Amino acid sequence: MKITGAKIIMECLMEQGVNTVFGYPGGTILNVYDAMYDYQDRLRHILTAHEQGASHAADGYARATGRVGVCFATSGPGATNLVTGIATACSDSSPVVFLTCNVTENVLGKDAFQEVDITGIAMPITKATYMVRSASEIAETIREAFAIAAGGRPGPVVIDILKNATAEYADYTPLAKERHGSSGRLAQIAARMKTEPITDEIDTLVRMLGEAKRPVLLAGGGVARAGGAGALRAVAEKLGVPVSTTLMGMGAIPADHPQFTGMVGMHGSKASNFAISRCDLLIGVGTRFSDRVAGAPSTFAAYAKKVHIDIDRAEIDKNILTDHHIVGDAKTILERLYEALGTYDFSDWMAEVTAKRSDRPDGALYGLHPRDILQAVQRITDNKAVIVTDVGQHQMWSSQYYAYQYPGQLITSGGFGTMGFGYGAAMGVKLGLGDALVVHTTGDGCFRMNCNEMATAAHYGIPIITLIFNNGTLGMVRQWQTLMYHGRYSQTTLDRGPDFVKLAQAYDLEGCRVASIEEFETAFRHALACGHGAVIDCALGIDEKVRPMVGGGRPLTEYLLD
Amino acid sequence: MAQHTLSILVENAAGVLSQVIRLFSRKGYNIDSLAVGETDNPEISRITVIVKGDDLMVRQITSQLSKLLPVSSVTALSSENSIERELVLVKVAAPNRSARDEVIQIVNIFRANIIDVSMETLTISIVGAGEKTGAILNLLKEFGILEIVRTGMIALERGVSTIYDRNKDKEDYNYGKIVL
Repeated sequence: MKITGAKIIMECLMEQGVNTVFGYPGGTILNVYDAMYDYQDRLRHILTAHEQGASHAADGYARATGRVGVCFATSGPGATNLVTGIATACSDSSPVVFLTCNVTENVLGKDAFQEVDITGIAMPITKATYMVRSASEIAETIREAFAIAAGGRPGPVVIDILKNATAEYADYTPLAKERHGSSGRLAQIAARMKTEPITDEIDTLVRMLGEAKRPVLLAGGGVARAGGAGALRAVAEKLGVPVSTTLMGMGAIPADHPQFTGMVGMHGSKASNFAISRCDLLIGVGTRFSDRVAGAPSTFAAYAKKVHIDIDRAEIDKNILTDHHIVGDAKTILERLYEALGTYDFSDWMAEVTAKRSDRPDGALYGLHPRDILQAVQRITDNKAVIVTDVGQHQMWSSQYYAYQYPGQLITSGGFGTMGFGYGAAMGVKLGLGDALVVHTTGDGCFRMNCNEMATAAHYGIPIITLIFNNGTLGMVRQWQTLMYHGRYSQTTLDRGPDFVKLAQAYDLEGCRVASIEEFETAFRHALACGHGAVIDCALGIDEKVRPMVGGGRPLTEYLLD
Repeated sequence: MAQHTLSILVENAAGVLSQVIRLFSRKGYNIDSLAVGETDNPEISRITVIVKGDDLMVRQITSQLSKLLPVSSVTALSSENSIERELVLVKVAAPNRSARDEVIQIVNIFRANIIDVSMETLTISIVGAGEKTGAILNLLKEFGILEIVRTGMIALERGVSTIYDRNKDKEDYNYGKIVL
């Protein structure tokens, strides 16, 4: 049948089983939105306040559901407003397809109104970019884009479609999703994304385990992407070794599991940093040993043989030199590993690591202590909440003081550290998960960046509970300035404002200010019960610190702050 | 740091070369020489890049390149098992008969070609690997090089094997398995 390019886009989204998209219309994308008008019963479109909010929402949706997120934007400023969101998705390997439209072919390259080379701009931060010039290419491109975004190591893809392509007619033959990858270019691409590991490599790992006395498992975000939490736990329990996670790997093993030692790295737990530094065999699964985790690469796990299990060959030996690696899907490899394991007794080593656990019962400097806030949330929600964070001290506290049970319970911008990620992402998470209880933790600095999305939450009735860890400062930067810049607080002191309660109410959400844990619990229970969005402004001390802290690029046992 | 020659087979489409080059600059690897051209299959182009670095760096860059969608294969050619050639056109000052004679002698010794002559200049075409072109240019410097243009090095493996052999079974790359 011959249909317009814009309608082909809609049909292709239906092929992919997409039911929710985020975006913002504009001049060049008019035809697409016109076609979307007829799909309102099948496709839910969330109109955000800013394209950046839409990009983070699509990203949050993808992280929470494991499906490919979809985000629309118009050309020029619409497309460039997506850039931060695209880079955030790229850093954390999140599968999102960004569809932008560009000017018509006859004015392309002539600096037309709202024209920009988004495929060029997004080139380094995407898995692939496409420019579509005619309607006949649209279907193939969208099918390919979805396959690339979701397959192998997931990541964002940008499709830039010229406006004339959305208006002209072309033949469209529906192709069921299961049949994608059976022929043509899609088949070639599918062949490049085979994630079967090489069996000998697993045998080598088993042999290395036989020779080791102090092995450690380090799980990263890749375990979450692969759905490998169950397999990881099985392997960990069969081995009886300490398990640490990176920030992106939180929940890969339940936090209250006796073998879990906590997060590793710059703000990691003492037990994890000790385990990594003293082990003689480090097995990293689905992690890229980022600089936040590795500290000083030459001293990272200095006594250990390192085994790197990852789907991306380019990550092997990139940050840390390894002794052995297995390229492939984390879940498959862990399952095969489980079959091949014998019996082991590392109980002495496990005890040595467990003894290094330390609890930090510090009091609050002023107002509330972050630990009390998060543990109250955990208790009151019976640990059913999904925590979505922004970036900074509250992000680190959210990872330290909450016991995550499964991957995806913590949604955070780890690799890119995007302030303002939280609110948009929280909306995407909530819409993706449906019934889940979404709690958004943020700071007074972060919240001011994308609080405009409260308009979206209010309009669509998306009940997100926002907890502002209001310490009147850009906390993480201030902490660095205190410890390394002799307290020269350059441009980090805020004024604890605006009046977040009034601001929330202006957006028709509940707003509340609290200064003690009792007040917080009351406010939180009220927010849960009210059924629509709420903002709770929690007063914290300006000098509250994230502990422990290892300096940037320093060995993991050299604590700047205990 | 040694020089490494990489042969990259890519889709012959707009923007692909830019994507490949961007990867080098983004990672901070300096390209010493670059040559691109279609292969016998008009849909595939071959890029030959010479880059300085150690083995670890070469493994990194080849894995990164293999992750790019339009790249179908990447091979590192070593100087022992490959033939390299570059075309250089150089315009040399030869204002009098004796200078012209000397330049012509040098050109003959190196088996290069004179492709243009005027009362004051000679334009020479040199085809060779790095050492030959370097040597002749050194000698010609004395006379005054007015202008020089080079194509960039291209290379082909010696003997029976071709770059396409590696495509047949991707898992047999020296770099191990690559997942897109």
